[in-house]
Amino acid sequence: MTDHEPNSSPADHSSADSPPEWTVKSEANDTTLVVRGRWTIDDGATLSIPAGALTPSHAAAATQTLHVDVSGLGQWDSSLVSFLWTVKQAAAKANMAFDLAQLPDGVQRLFALLPAEPEPPAKHQQRPFAPLQTTGIIALDTLQEVGALTELGAETARGSIKALSGHGGMRLRDLFVNIFDAGPSALLIVSVVNFLIGAILAFVGAVQLRKFSADMYVANLVGIACVRELSAVMTAIIMAGRTGGAYAARIATMLGNEEIDALRVFGIPVSSYILLPSILSLMLMMPLLYLYGCGMSIIGGYVVATGMLPDVTGAGYLNQTLGAIDLHQFEFGFAKSIVFAIMIGLTSCQIGLSAGRSAADVGTAATRAVVVGIVGVIALDAVFAVIANILDI
Amino acid sequence: MADGQTRETARKPEDDALLSLRDITIGYGTKVIQSDVSLDVRRGSIFAIMGGSGCGKSTILRSMVGLLRPMSGKYSVDGDDYWSGPDSHRTALNRRFGVLFQSGALWSSMTVGENISLPLEMFTRLNKDMIRHLVEMKLGLVGLSHAIDLYPSEISGGMCKRAGLARAMALDPDVLFFDEPSAGLDPVTSARLDDLILTLRDGLGATIIIVSHELPSLFAIADDGIFLDARTKKPIAHGSPRDLRDHCTDPQVHAFMNREARTEPAGADTARKGQNANGK
Repeated sequence: MTDHEPNSSPADHSSADSPPEWTVKSEANDTTLVVRGRWTIDDGATLSIPAGALTPSHAAAATQTLHVDVSGLGQWDSSLVSFLWTVKQAAAKANMAFDLAQLPDGVQRLFALLPAEPEPPAKHQQRPFAPLQTTGIIALDTLQEVGALTELGAETARGSIKALSGHGGMRLRDLFVNIFDAGPSALLIVSVVNFLIGAILAFVGAVQLRKFSADMYVANLVGIACVRELSAVMTAIIMAGRTGGAYAARIATMLGNEEIDALRVFGIPVSSYILLPSILSLMLMMPLLYLYGCGMSIIGGYVVATGMLPDVTGAGYLNQTLGAIDLHQFEFGFAKSIVFAIMIGLTSCQIGLSAGRSAADVGTAATRAVVVGIVGVIALDAVFAVIANILDI
Repeated sequence: MADGQTRETARKPEDDALLSLRDITIGYGTKVIQSDVSLDVRRGSIFAIMGGSGCGKSTILRSMVGLLRPMSGKYSVDGDDYWSGPDSHRTALNRRFGVLFQSGALWSSMTVGENISLPLEMFTRLNKDMIRHLVEMKLGLVGLSHAIDLYPSEISGGMCKRAGLARAMALDPDVLFFDEPSAGLDPVTSARLDDLILTLRDGLGATIIIVSHELPSLFAIADDGIFLDARTKKPIAHGSPRDLRDHCTDPQVHAFMNREARTEPAGADTARKGQNANGK
């Protein structure tokens, strides 16, 4: 009789309240696994049997049976089942039959649910590494996206003509809700950002221009930079993050909620009911926010310049600003902000419409809309700069 | 009877079929979800699309209402080829459909009443007062006339579903599609919904297609159906749920219809029973 006792303790073996322990007793034709003590996860029970713990005593003997002695077993939970499962697998490897009959009824029931051994974990579907194919797929996807975007734009334009000619299409209330959301609610953040941009420009400009005694030109710097570029771009970036992300998330949620499907089944055009109010409200509000942003940035510049530069008076600053900027620059910024609005509205709606249907997809859509919006605004602004340069505007 | 009809191509179109699918294969991208689906929905019947979770029941329904173009096969509505012609052709046919989606799918930015009035405003020439009366009536049918001015977020899931039903009925459709109408409802509400569906069929003469695995309601209301298999991605039985329960010899259909837990091959089953017997 050989005893294998890796985990024995001198404590009272019959006690059902002792720490978990196990022993393997090998006799002539039988092997018995003795399990004693309280087998609960909190007691730090062994969760698997070490390899080699189970060896048939006589190599020549016929198939042996592994019995389990549970007379000293106290409280037990899934840790015992886990341990016995590994015992069962080890027994199968050692070519022994595993006799469950002595086990508590609950353990037997749980055992009936378990497969013979853990199934190999299913692999994620992985595309084989194929750079050409991947490039092709990305290119096709991009083209498809551009196509979808164009189609969406055309549909929305058609919807807006319909709505303007009074043939229904858009609910005016949706438009007002969207306008309020895109306009007045954004005033505070647009003010803060533009005021600070104007102030920062004035500060940087003042330090440099003072060296040339050209203090007064701070007004030109702030006025032209903000009216031509910064106010339009900054306002658009704010709106891409604030409104674009919200549109994408809202539309993606509607998609997951089958609301878009319901519209499609009724034959109610998604473009005029969902997209048109969103895009139109951005188109109406963005130029106004731009104008407001210009004012705020000039005020920011005014505050810093009059505070920092002793030679600059308030009236002088304003006069210099009015002389520096003319209507053309406003027109340029105004046109840009309308284009930015269309771009942000269309892309964020399209991203929402092409999102998946889970909660994570809503988050992804919102993130994508913000990223695409911001990058798009800056890229478009660069295009505008080149065009302006060529046309000498 | 069910086994005799599993040869899909052998099924002849029935004369009184309002909707008929012939060898329809559906899927997303290149992934096939169900193939060779053929079925006929008789006028005025309640047709059940049955099968285990994830077998493509709802996908078939989505393709029947025009949300997903099948990869192959023919679908006709009253003899008219559904997927041929421009979008406007489908929109016109869809005027005859009403759909109750799984979650109700009420438009969340509108009140319950506006949800029902929008299709009426879009597609009819009724004036505001008449529309209001109609909306109140439809909401009354589903027991929700008090919720007319509430938003979907202010009412419970079961109420959303009933409101969705009222919206599906807004344009008095010939054909009503129900995607798991009783999922997530308590037994009493669910039974009341069954009654409502039967009343609609009898009262309005509507044809009803219902996707469900709620056995009691299937037995109570459906008089024809199809059983889809997730593993082979094909339909495996045709017939009314009651017939399939009592006469179908296919072990999977039998297990489903009789709510048996074990559907593995017989060998594995008895082995487990043996283990259990050992313990007693």
